[in-house]
Formats: sequence, C-alpha cells, structure tokens
Amino acid sequence: MSKLSGAYYEIHHMEQLADRDQWVNHIHPLVKLVVTVFYIATVVSVNKYDLARVLILGVYPIAVFILGEISFTDSVRRVRLILPLVCIVGIFNPLFDRQVVAHIGNISITTGMISMVTLILKGVYTVFATYLLIAATTIEKICYAMRLVHLPGILVTQILLTYRYISVLLKEANTIMQAYSLRAPHQKGVHFKVWGSLIGQLLLRSIDRADNVYASMSLRGYNGEFHGAGQEKCKGSDYGYLLIWAAVLVILRYVI
Amino acid sequence: MHMADALISPAVAGTMYVCSAVAAGYSIKKVRLEADPKKVPVMGVMGAFVFAAQMINFTIPGTGSSGHLCGGMLLTALLGPYAAFLTMIGVLLIQCLMFADGGLLALGANVWNMAFYGCFLGYFLLWKPMASKNASRGRIIAASILGSVISLQFGAFSVSAETLLSGITELPFIAFVGTMQPIHLAIGLVEGLITAAVLVFVYESRPEMLYQAQTQKKDRMSLKKTLVILSACFVVTAGVVSLFASSHPDGLEWSIERITGSTELDAAQQSVYHTSEKVQEHTAILPDYAFKGDDSVLGTSVSGLVGSVVVLAVCAGACWIFTNNKRKKAKV
Repeated sequence: MSKLSGAYYEIHHMEQLADRDQWVNHIHPLVKLVVTVFYIATVVSVNKYDLARVLILGVYPIAVFILGEISFTDSVRRVRLILPLVCIVGIFNPLFDRQVVAHIGNISITTGMISMVTLILKGVYTVFATYLLIAATTIEKICYAMRLVHLPGILVTQILLTYRYISVLLKEANTIMQAYSLRAPHQKGVHFKVWGSLIGQLLLRSIDRADNVYASMSLRGYNGEFHGAGQEKCKGSDYGYLLIWAAVLVILRYVI
Repeated sequence: MHMADALISPAVAGTMYVCSAVAAGYSIKKVRLEADPKKVPVMGVMGAFVFAAQMINFTIPGTGSSGHLCGGMLLTALLGPYAAFLTMIGVLLIQCLMFADGGLLALGANVWNMAFYGCFLGYFLLWKPMASKNASRGRIIAASILGSVISLQFGAFSVSAETLLSGITELPFIAFVGTMQPIHLAIGLVEGLITAAVLVFVYESRPEMLYQAQTQKKDRMSLKKTLVILSACFVVTAGVVSLFASSHPDGLEWSIERITGSTELDAAQQSVYHTSEKVQEHTAILPDYAFKGDDSVLGTSVSGLVGSVVVLAVCAGACWIFTNNKRKKAKV
C-alpha cells in the first residue's frame, strides 16, 4: 500500500473509531481535550529519573484502552513515527550520565539508563493519550471544543476545511501517482524532471477546487463564520469524568 | 522535525504556545483586514494540498534517497505569510492528531519551528525582496532554495534549543546542534529544489497565483501588430535608408577591382554575355536602382520599395506552396 493510500485508510479508520457507540465517545469533546492535555502535561512534568512515577502514570491509557474497548495494536503502529527521534535524543543519556544508582546482577544501572527509559515511556504514553482522544472524538467535535474555548473562528474553520479536503486530495494525489508509476515502473519516487509539473498539476487542480468550494459555500449562505450543527452541553457524567481523572492524576503525580 | 511531547517540558511548551499564539493572533488580524471571503476556503484546500503533497516522495538524483515539499515556503509564496502561517497550523494539528506526527503539547513549538520560520522569514527575508518585484524564474528558484534552507536551519536550531531548555537530553548542546544543522542543510536544499520546481511551474502556467508577485512576463505580440511594425521598418529601410546606400564597391566588386583594375568584367564582348546583357537591359524596369534615363532620388526609393515587395511576395509564395504541399501529404 502506498503512503498516500495508507494515509487515506488511516483517516477513514480513525473516523470509524470515533463514530462508534461507546461511552467514551459520548463524553463531551471539551472534557476529553482538557483531560488529554492535562495528562500529557502531567507525564512530561515528571522528573527524568522518577521511573516509578512514570510507570504508575500508565494507568490512564490502560484504563481508557480497556474501558473504551479501543484496539491497543492500532495505537502501537503510531508510536513508530515519534520513537526514532525520542530514541536518538535518549540514547546519549547513558553515555553522558553515568552515575551508578543500582546493580542488577553484574549490570550497573546508571542514571542515564533510567532517564532514557523514562523518556521513551513518556513518548509512548503521550502518543497513546493523543490516540485515545482522536479514537473517541471526531475532528469536528475537537474543533467544536476549540470554539468553546474561544479559539478564533477563522482558524477553526480553516482546520475543518483542511481536514475535509485531505481525503479528497489524498485520493487525487494517489491517482496521479498511480498513473505516474504505471508509466515509470521500478522507479522509486518522482523523477526530478517532472517534480514541478506533477505537483504543479495537483496544485492547480486544488486551487480550482478551492474556487468551486467557495462558490458552493457562498450559495449555502457562507459569510465567513462556520456554524457547527451538533452543539452539546456538558452533562453530569462529563463533569464526573473530568473530576475523577483530575483527582487521579494529581494523586499519582504529587501524593503517592 | 516534528517534536514529540516527550522532548519538551511543560514550561518550554507553554512558552512556545504563547509565542505561536501571538503570531497566530497577529496573522488572524491581518487576514481579517484583507476582507477576502474567499481566503478561508482557499486556505483550507491549500492546507489539504500541502498535506497530500508532502506524502509524495521525490527522487534525489544520484543518491537513491527521496525528499518532500517544503510546505511553509510554498504556502507563503501562494497565500502570503499570514494566511500561510494559519494554514500550516491546521496542517500540523491534523498531522499531530491523526498521525501522531508531533505532540499535542509540543504543537506550539512545532508551529514555531516549522510554520513561523517558513512563512514569515521565508516571506519577509526572501520572497518579498527577491520575487515579489520583477519575479523571474531565477529569482523564484533562488528565493525558494534559500527560503527552505534558512527556515529549516532556524527550525532545527530551535528544536535543539527547546530540547536543551527542557533538560531532556544529556547530549551537549554543541554536539546536538552539530548533528541537527548539517542534516537539515541537506534536507533544506532538497526541499528548496522541489518547492522551486513547483513555484516555477506555477509562474509559467498561472503567474497571477503567486502572492503579490509582479510578474512582468511579456505578452506575445499579436500578428497584426507584428505585421504593422515590420511594414513600417520595411518602408523606412527600403524607401528612406536606401538613399544613404554607399556608392563604394561591395566586397566582390572590390576584389575584382584589385585584380583587374575595374569593377566590371570585360566580358560583354563575348556572345553569351552580350546576349544576356541585352535581355537584362530590356527586362530591367529599374536599372541600377533608378528610373530609366533618370538619376533622381525618387527612383532609388521606389527601387527599394519595389524590390522589397517583390522579395516578400516570392518568399510568401514559396512558403505557401511549401506549407500547402505538406498539408496535402499529411491528409494522404
């Protein structure tokens, strides 16, 4: 599967997950967004040598994976993108930070080793947290939550439109690349002679499409402001979810 | 260059969120001032375009590796710095949420590292002075390459600085910077070349799409205008400039004169030459570029004009016959 079609199916898959009829999907998007950001901030604020606390903080993703019946294996694939950079940054810690703190058999455990493991765990947890948010909340709902915290409409509308047209343009780009690869078999990537014309054609088509989009939006009464359809209010269960996780994370971070 | 949440501390992440928010707030104000209702839909679609285009790999000749487009520089050249910056925020947020490419907490830092430099430095430092006025292929290529390289260098340096300030790595700052900068120099060059190729294509096909670029591409002159100018030149040259023709012998006559002592060959007494000279005397309507038996200036001008018209008619006729034959052959 090409990168383009892979991305297309990934978006489709995430939309299917977010549309499921699970209790976690019905929690107010703003509550889920706040809990996610609070969890990520809590995880990354832990001291780099405090491995035990980082391990304990794994309770949030584990609980949401189980209670929300979200596939763990799907989320593991997403870690591959951030893990190389995190590992490159972390791998030097054992080399420069060599203070021995413990021994396991003949192996000396240094502070550098601990900070490297902590860093990798933090990286994995934060990716899981973002995955859990998007697996249970559609982009439309996240944008709605962003509007509730008074993010400018122009930015939110633009994000929504970008998201809406990503699938369309991924399909179009995939068609172009399929046509190109059929005419240039066994070639890795696009030949430099057609760099400009290949992407340029996609660009010109996109701009023409933008004109059509604007024309159709105008016909439907667009006046610069996007009005979301599904406006929902916070329920008691939403406040409960927020308070429970806030309390759990504060206890895990500062009390235990 | 997308930073993960694990690579940044909450304090640094918060600071970068504030910096990016200030830039975003100013950009929103500027985009609103443009009062172009079409701008937001165009930004949305262009964001989706950058997202899709960045997934296409471009072969780097002679290396076996590939690179992709520099979104910030391309968008700033098409939408302007403010709209481009807001569009890049959308792209980075979706990359973060849908593909875990960059963290949610590190979004402020990623926006700064990848969107701010590409859009604002790329525009004000390079695109505006180099390509906004008198845009040309060379200027667009230079601005794209320099813009991509410089913005990536600043971005890579910011990643190193943010990681250092977050206290994440034990790697010395100089070593980290020394690793990041050269890698991103090569990446910047490739991204710059790809961006340049796309922008040159736009410049060639739809130059009006480039943001504030005064493309002074000369329009092709119409056939009518061309014919009028050529006719004027022909009348002036044949009718007026011919009066100032040199009375000295031309190259061939000069050579003959050097050998025989005269510009005319003494061959008229021989029968063939004598006959042909007689024929020429009868057929020539303007002998020696003048009326018969009249050495007036008017004769020279008329000779120039008549000669030119006859040459033009012969050439046009020959061309017509040649083209007509070709068409007939093509039909067969």
